[in-house]
Amino acid sequence: MSRVDIQHVSKRYGAFAALDDVTIAFNDGEFFGLLGPSGSGKTTLLRSIAGFIAPDQGSILFDGEPVESVPVHRRAIGMVFQSYALFPHLTIEENIGFGLDVRSVPREDIRKRVAEMLSLVRLSGLAARYPKQLSGGQQQRVALARALITRPKVLLLDEPLGALDRRLRQEMQVELKDIQRESGVTAIFVTHDQEEALTLSDRIAIIDQGKLIQVDAPQTVYERPANIFAANFLGDANVFRGTPAKSGLKLADGTVIATLKPSTGAAIVRPEKLRVASGRKKSAGNSLTGEITQAIYSGASVTYRIHTKVLGDMPLLAFIQNQTGEVLDTGAAVTVSWDKEQTIPVEA
Amino acid sequence: MAFTRHTRTVLALTAPAYLWLTATVLLPLAAMFYFSFLTASPLGGKEVRFTLQHYADFFTKEIYWYNAWRSVELGLYVTAICLIVGYPAALGLAKYVKGRWREAIFLLIILPFWSNALVRTFSWTMVLREPFNILFSYPAIVIGLVHAYLPYAILTCYISLQAIDDSLIEAGRSLGATPAQTFRRITLPLSLPGVLAAIFLIFVPVIGSFMEPRILGGKDAIMLGPIIEGQFITAFNWPLGAALSFTMLGMVLLVLLVVMPFLNRQMARA
Repeated sequence: MSRVDIQHVSKRYGAFAALDDVTIAFNDGEFFGLLGPSGSGKTTLLRSIAGFIAPDQGSILFDGEPVESVPVHRRAIGMVFQSYALFPHLTIEENIGFGLDVRSVPREDIRKRVAEMLSLVRLSGLAARYPKQLSGGQQQRVALARALITRPKVLLLDEPLGALDRRLRQEMQVELKDIQRESGVTAIFVTHDQEEALTLSDRIAIIDQGKLIQVDAPQTVYERPANIFAANFLGDANVFRGTPAKSGLKLADGTVIATLKPSTGAAIVRPEKLRVASGRKKSAGNSLTGEITQAIYSGASVTYRIHTKVLGDMPLLAFIQNQTGEVLDTGAAVTVSWDKEQTIPVEA
Repeated sequence: MAFTRHTRTVLALTAPAYLWLTATVLLPLAAMFYFSFLTASPLGGKEVRFTLQHYADFFTKEIYWYNAWRSVELGLYVTAICLIVGYPAALGLAKYVKGRWREAIFLLIILPFWSNALVRTFSWTMVLREPFNILFSYPAIVIGLVHAYLPYAILTCYISLQAIDDSLIEAGRSLGATPAQTFRRITLPLSLPGVLAAIFLIFVPVIGSFMEPRILGGKDAIMLGPIIEGQFITAFNWPLGAALSFTMLGMVLLVLLVVMPFLNRQMARA
């Protein structure tokens, strides 16, 4: 049985559908990322699970029990807010102990549990401080400790690392993942940062305009995106549109591209799967000829934008490992080739 | 003297206000303070001597300290009622009313400020006579003063309540606190600065108020505010009136001095 079940949940604000018939099962102990652009409904979903928003339709179950009529404070959730929402008038110890205190846990037990949490998030020694005396990363960990101390059924995180700068964010990603694994809590987090979603999640749900696009392991979502939106939202993609042909996809000019499986009208190739060679000579597998319009050297790799006749205004994007130390010039005639196995049919 | 550019800017910006305040507030107050040690007003043309008698009177004559207590008591009642009525209104406005409705309700709160205080008080006499029949009584004074000072309570509480991030309240709820616990443990402590501001804005003027007691209070109007007013207007004993005023001011400052450390601690946390 799954820890949290979302079944056919819809939520409308006037004519705007924030959630449109969403069904997901969150497994016990997994770290689950809700990924989507702003306004996609991912936060609405998180807040519905917390109980701050009541869905118009569908049901939400915790351990098989419907929770629609259970108020927030009795749902046994833990929540980490983007702004951390630490109580400014309470010390770090009082902040972390808050959830136990309101449940009338004896003082001695609270002190012991707070000390355990402080050492879990590596903040021992800061118990008597006030939130504003802590750095952003430290506040983040206090927020996490405070949410975990009640041993919630599910930990909900709203853009948990969004307020940190880039370097700290990468450090905290590792730490967050460790803490989640150590505590074994089922965690659902919302993010619009694709790298964060890939790094942290056991599974990812891609959400767009209130609809669930795809739910899979990060690697599957990246390697086998369900549609063009998912392909573009998680990573970069070269998109081909055309008509289904016997062995692949027939483009507008009649070129046929071989695809992994029979295609329905569109296929994508990730930029790092492309090979770029100087000169115009057709090679085995899929290949197109074109002209480099932009070459960006970034040390470990080179990014090319390549104009091809068949794609017109849409340049092909290629990420090439810098193995030779040479960069092809802008304007150079090139042949771009890639394997049939890397040409993934997607829904248009 | 060589001022830096920054100092000159600060001086240029603040000098007009400070000169104005010095001329219009501090000078007359200093004159009054001087008067309070004289046997009679020097404006009357009589011979005047230095005396501490007026200050001694406050503590030795029952009529003064007893009525000073009555004024403080009135201040406590009015402040308490203003907060009991005003705080929930501020909470409702800050946390539950959104958008255009909020502006409309705000206008209703501020509206009384746009009419003359004297006119407002006199209009109360009509309502309190008919149909309530409590004109010229203690409750009438309290009602009039609460009416006059309630907007201060609502506005100051509103400002501190709307500054509380909604996510703090949500965090409390997510951690298992009931709505009542969330209010008591989070909302109320974080809104204390506004409550304290309301207390100062209401309590201090109310204990010195004289218009509302005089117009609405009848024989119950006898308290320190009207007595001081009487010394200035009717008895023309400015020195005694001034001495009573400064004694009152002294007591308020003393109270402030006592509670200040506590307030500072609360403010530093929030």
